[in-house]
Amino acid sequence: MGTKLQNNIAIAVIRILAALVVLILVFLLGKILISGIPHISWHFLTAASQSFESGGGIGVQLFNSIYLLALTLIISFPISLGAGIFLSEYAPKNFLTAIVRMAIEVLSSLPSVVVGLFGFLLFVVQMKMGFSILSGAIALTFFNLPLLTRNIEESLRAIPDLQREAGMSLGLSKWKTVTKVILPEALPGIITGVVLGAGRVFGEAAALIYTAGQSATNIDFGDWNPFNSASPLNLFRPAETLAVHIWKINSEGVMPDAAAVSAGSSAVLIIAVLIFNLLARVLGNSLYHKLTATK
Amino acid sequence: MSINKYDFNEKSILKFDPNEHEIAIETKNLQVYYGNNHALFDGNLQFERYKITSLIGASGSGKSTYLRSLNRMNDNVAKVDGQIMYRGLDVNTSKINVYEMRKHIGMVFQRPNPFSKSIRENITFALKEQGLKNKQKLNEIVEQSLRDAAIWDEVKDDLDKSAWSLSGGQQQRLCIARTIAMKPDILLLDEPASALDPISTSKIEETLVELKKRYTIIIVTHNMQQASRISDYTAFFHLGHILEYDKTKHIFTVPKVTATNDYISGNFG
Repeated sequence: MGTKLQNNIAIAVIRILAALVVLILVFLLGKILISGIPHISWHFLTAASQSFESGGGIGVQLFNSIYLLALTLIISFPISLGAGIFLSEYAPKNFLTAIVRMAIEVLSSLPSVVVGLFGFLLFVVQMKMGFSILSGAIALTFFNLPLLTRNIEESLRAIPDLQREAGMSLGLSKWKTVTKVILPEALPGIITGVVLGAGRVFGEAAALIYTAGQSATNIDFGDWNPFNSASPLNLFRPAETLAVHIWKINSEGVMPDAAAVSAGSSAVLIIAVLIFNLLARVLGNSLYHKLTATK
Repeated sequence: MSINKYDFNEKSILKFDPNEHEIAIETKNLQVYYGNNHALFDGNLQFERYKITSLIGASGSGKSTYLRSLNRMNDNVAKVDGQIMYRGLDVNTSKINVYEMRKHIGMVFQRPNPFSKSIRENITFALKEQGLKNKQKLNEIVEQSLRDAAIWDEVKDDLDKSAWSLSGGQQQRLCIARTIAMKPDILLLDEPASALDPISTSKIEETLVELKKRYTIIIVTHNMQQASRISDYTAFFHLGHILEYDKTKHIFTVPKVTATNDYISGNFG
């Protein structure tokens, strides 16, 4: 077989495989969006859900999902940032570091339902936090932490050592070099990681069923004092998220329009993740340009 | 061509008379180890103030290792024993504040490594971190150091553009400007022109000759023409040993050591 023919066959196979991936994605997204978008309305996005009648919305669940995501990121980002910086810049190459790395890898392959059950036993039962947003956020932190740490570590590592030497040779301490030179350059990679993590967290159901709970208590959007039990910001109220809602409707929903609510919720979930993606990219890019003076 | 075995005891190292020459920095018995690998043996060199000294030798001869030890850039990479005397102080001890020391002994690297910041910020960044806030003063330093590095005219209208928008040669001169903005005493350069084209190289060389009026310059170079063009003194490194150190014109015309003679006449390396 001629070299040229071989090459052409290889390229054709690769193209077909790539097309397959794109096709599956387009099909999936298309199916969800086409069947879901017709059900999305302002009423659907804001109204409370109904258990037995049709016409329920997803207002509370949507808010819960976003609030839970924000809480999870607030808890997990600083921890991951610290751990990532340590692993990439300071960790000595020894047995202990290798164990930490392996632990992170194991943690990242933990099934989310296991994380959920662990969170249930530890936070909900043992620490008596009940089914609550906080329990859910901590469980999701366990879920998010390994990936985010890994991502931050790799993003920092990708910056050439020449930049570190430049900082050091000017008499900057290692800490200053890392935080003021290396970190800004690594920002696009870190933001991509945060967004990917956020998408996973936003769509996560299994880890939340036993921690944040499956009930959407009515909340009063006029009361923003986090210490009031009806406040949207209250950390100790149970909070069914969008993903959990979808799961619940499909497994035990008895409302007449269950299929429609499920389809609409799925579309909203996907659209929300897309919006995060875009927002994070726009924000990240403008921050990166500002920090690095590139246009 | 094979590398001959040379007698490492056959060496000729210039010693300055301290009454006639001002010594900027000096190493005594410097040994560098990468793990078990003894990479530099008995580094005994004196560097005269306001002169350019070249370190030459084949790849792996220890010249970069030696240079990087002078401002302790090898700290976490290698074990460095021996004394580095700077202003009557041994800077190779754990008591020395290396960050302060590096402001006095600046370094420019082989590949241009400007920060991903604007041209102006590349100069001001480290100064600001040290607490210099006065805008006017900062602007003066930016202009002065860019002028000293002979790049002011090329970038004066683009100070807020990214440093990465410059050509490789311009980036390297920006790195020189960034280093001299710290007002160091000694400038260490590790093959600063090896990644650059001939025109950029000659600009860097002109810059260095101009800078030696105010700085002591030590430069590692693979390029023997460069060493002979710009430097006052030259040290020849071979397999971790410094075999000859003398005035540049002596090294390149009447070397005393066989290995040096073979190297400069192209018999190895």
